[in-house]
Amino acid sequence: MKILVCVSKTPDTTSKIAFTDGNTKFDEAGVQWIINPYDEWYSLVRAIELKEANPAATIHLVTVGNADAEPIIRKALALGGDEAIRVNTDNSDAYYIAAQIAEVAKQGGYDLIFTGKETIDYNGSSIGGMVAELVDSPYISLATKFDLNGTTATVVREIDGGEETAEVTLPVVVSCQKGMAEQRIPNMRGIMAARTKPLKVVEPIAVDALTSIQSFELPPAKAGVKLVAPDNVAELVRLLHEEAKAI
Amino acid sequence: MSVLIFIDQSEGHVKKSSLEALTYGADVAKQLGTTAEGIVLGTVTEDLAALGKYGVSKIHQVSNAALNNVDAQVYASVISEAATATGATVIVFSHNQTGKAVAARVAAKLKAGLVAGACALPNTSNGFSVKKTVFSGKAYAHVNILSAVKVISLNPNSYKTVATEGTAVVEALAVTVNEPKVKITAVNKITGEVPLTEADIVVSGGRGLKGPEHWGILLDLAKELGAATACSRPVGDAHWRPHHEHVGQTGVQVAPNLYIAIGISGAIQHLAGVNRSKVIVVINKDPEAPFFKAADYGIVGDAFEVVPQLTSAIQKMKAGA
Repeated sequence: MKILVCVSKTPDTTSKIAFTDGNTKFDEAGVQWIINPYDEWYSLVRAIELKEANPAATIHLVTVGNADAEPIIRKALALGGDEAIRVNTDNSDAYYIAAQIAEVAKQGGYDLIFTGKETIDYNGSSIGGMVAELVDSPYISLATKFDLNGTTATVVREIDGGEETAEVTLPVVVSCQKGMAEQRIPNMRGIMAARTKPLKVVEPIAVDALTSIQSFELPPAKAGVKLVAPDNVAELVRLLHEEAKAI
Repeated sequence: MSVLIFIDQSEGHVKKSSLEALTYGADVAKQLGTTAEGIVLGTVTEDLAALGKYGVSKIHQVSNAALNNVDAQVYASVISEAATATGATVIVFSHNQTGKAVAARVAAKLKAGLVAGACALPNTSNGFSVKKTVFSGKAYAHVNILSAVKVISLNPNSYKTVATEGTAVVEALAVTVNEPKVKITAVNKITGEVPLTEADIVVSGGRGLKGPEHWGILLDLAKELGAATACSRPVGDAHWRPHHEHVGQTGVQVAPNLYIAIGISGAIQHLAGVNRSKVIVVINKDPEAPFFKAADYGIVGDAFEVVPQLTSAIQKMKAGA
């Protein structure tokens, strides 16, 4: 069985978000980069668990990004996975990225493609669905559980107002979220092994980007908090009702 | 040229987030000087013609019971075929669970640029750019769509539903409906709860509540307000509350009218998930809690005393009103 895990480089969740060049570029100064948490904690770790249960399985990682993404890929390889592929481009259009991943997927003939439910920078939740469409596979979005029995997968996924259990025959594309697996910390053996695992760099295929970012904007600052004394809760209710018109 | 809005339904009822998408799509159509049409899949018990009051002139219906469960692959093929048949140049979804699965597939199928998580009308003064939330609510991006056909999925609770007069023409649409490859074996809906992303009011608790056995005061307040309940990440991780209630950068991002945070310090990751709320109230005994900086109203005090008082004060206000 061949598993492809899509990983993306994102700013650490504690990063202060700022922009440069007239609000057209993300300010990378002082930013710590991490593996997108959904890619790492849920999809990669679940893939590793599947390989632990079936040692004949292989895991390939794919990332679409420039050379700055390599430390993140090494970290992912330290957790597990047999080799990584980096598609060398800076483009951030979801369709462009999905088309690159779909190309890698077609070349590799994977049974299972995992993505995180979204990246914590662009929050599109789009790549999994687009890749599934481009490789013509079924798509299980927002999965919280994934079990495999031969070539039949049983999954639980989030739907509006609840969850749903489904069965599907591989190949399938799955977007993963909380519940799939628990976060792991790479150990020294993994870190050492990751140094020598193959990291293949491929050039992107020619695809038209369908969107481009024009500019960024920060939300307006709050005017400041109005404090109400703890023994005067009725005043808070009055403010919420009359001033804020929120209740 | 027209705007096609996907109307998401559950058990025959149109979802609130889809009414927002309808209003939004109708406004996009007005902006472009064209008409707005809806598409609904599966069997619906609601009066679809009445959805005309949100500004759509026509609703295409594929009334096939096989479409009562969402299958991203089948839905995408039906909606894409409908978009092509109706000459739609803008396709609008809600960025809810269904929209997240389907809009991306439709965009890839039609080679249409997608803005996922839009929060305002497009700016068409120079091209076609749509504002969306990025960095999990810490910022916004204005994204240009470069393709002829455009797909937009609208964040729930970010566009106000406006109902006026009007009736839509409901027409059956003949499209190919493929057999789904995914077989749904069980559906487990949480009934009686307000869905978090659609809620007007959210009451959320953190570690300050000290344990799951203390959640009663929060649930009472939520009940009084008709609010959805939420929690911070440590609370979800400790299994005091179910995972799906976790609000924040790696959980659910919400944008209610009113967000009441009880015993939550306000870590940057939590703020990212809630800072699009219109009004934020923070109740915390620590005056240095960072959440107060992001709040509109605050009470520095003991949640175990303040929250029950708040519930009864709201009761009184309602009784007096």
